[in-house]
Amino acid sequence: MYAEVFTTMQSTTPPTLLQVDQLACERDERSLFVGLQFTVKAGEIWHIKGPNGAGKTSLLRQLAGLLPVDQGQVSFPTGKQLLYIGHKLSIKDQLSANENLSWLTALTVSSTENQRYAALEKVGLRGYEESLAAQLSAGQRRRIALARLHLNPAPLWLLDEPLTAMDQQGVMDEQRWFVEHLRTGGAIVLTSHQDLLLDNVKILDLSAAVEAAL
Amino acid sequence: MMSFVLSIIRRDLLLVMRYPAEMVNPLVFFVLVVALFPMGVSPEAKLLSQAAAGVVWVAALLATLLSLDILFKADFADGSLEQLLLAPQPVWALVLAKVVVHWLVSGLPLVLLSPVVATMLFLPTEAMPALLLSLLVGTPTLSLFGAVGAALVTGVKTGGMLISLLVLPLYIPVLLFGTGAVAAAAQGMPVAGYLAYLGAMLVFALMVTPWAAATALKIGQMQG
Repeated sequence: MYAEVFTTMQSTTPPTLLQVDQLACERDERSLFVGLQFTVKAGEIWHIKGPNGAGKTSLLRQLAGLLPVDQGQVSFPTGKQLLYIGHKLSIKDQLSANENLSWLTALTVSSTENQRYAALEKVGLRGYEESLAAQLSAGQRRRIALARLHLNPAPLWLLDEPLTAMDQQGVMDEQRWFVEHLRTGGAIVLTSHQDLLLDNVKILDLSAAVEAAL
Repeated sequence: MMSFVLSIIRRDLLLVMRYPAEMVNPLVFFVLVVALFPMGVSPEAKLLSQAAAGVVWVAALLATLLSLDILFKADFADGSLEQLLLAPQPVWALVLAKVVVHWLVSGLPLVLLSPVVATMLFLPTEAMPALLLSLLVGTPTLSLFGAVGAALVTGVKTGGMLISLLVLPLYIPVLLFGTGAVAAAAQGMPVAGYLAYLGAMLVFALMVTPWAAATALKIGQMQG
């Protein structure tokens, strides 16, 4: 009977993609935050806020598995399928937009050239597909990295400052992609110094966690 | 996984083609060392032919050492390494892909150039096959051991010197058996034993180093 109740509950509530329990982070013997606890469900967008040095990037890297988790726990109940776009964009100067997107996508799925061209068009790089990344502006380079959002099927996006270097139109477009991703059962955890214009953004303020750590 | 390895190999070969200077430098170094040696020592054929095997092998070893620094450096600097480590594929497969490219652009050209530079040093013709074979089996081993050193110092700014210190002890047996093979061939003695030892070292390196370098890369990323 319990099993039945459980399955009916499961079908109504969105699945949990990321669970964080009592997470703490220490860098260079300085405690950044302690006791972080939150649950990211499908359809949710989490905005990590906090002043410079509060540990926003460190938190994202811990979630991605690029920094060790010494205290607390990070778990992925539905499997660890995530797309992390960090502060460093992993764009190779000597490769074209299309070539960069090709190898970055190949890390998880295969893509055809048509799919990559379509993704580059969505991020406003039509006509720049075969331009070397070295010749593109900072915003355009970020757009190459963001084109991965349109090719990678991972439900959980971890984005470190995805709005920096983007023009006004780009910031609006990006938030439209976020909404689209949330609607199709995805979830997003991002850091940004800008406020998002979306509804139902869940805020995780690290400055409170910093005070707790002191 | 095979497509992952192939895509990394294709990407890195493309990068080398677009920016060949990094690949050419060690080769120029290799040729220069061998070309300058007779001027510094003696142009006498008898002396040079005795030293030829050692000079070519030492120059190849140092040229490989020079090219190791860049193995993971660019990937670390631009964040590619993060993405490569996050990929669901095992990290040792990534290391193998990087080593294959490293050998194709630095090891293989050394092997191909070696008969030319060895002729400049009057290496006896009967020793030439042994030189080629020993370098063909030995240089992949150098690339594999070198990958561990390069992986250990990713993120260390002045890692170049450190790599040499870490890797040289592993290189010395390869050097000894490599030069031994050529010297034996020059004296008309059998070389199969030397080549077998070189082959054994290659197999050992293939089994151990991708895993060791993968572990080193993961630890380095966690610190960075």
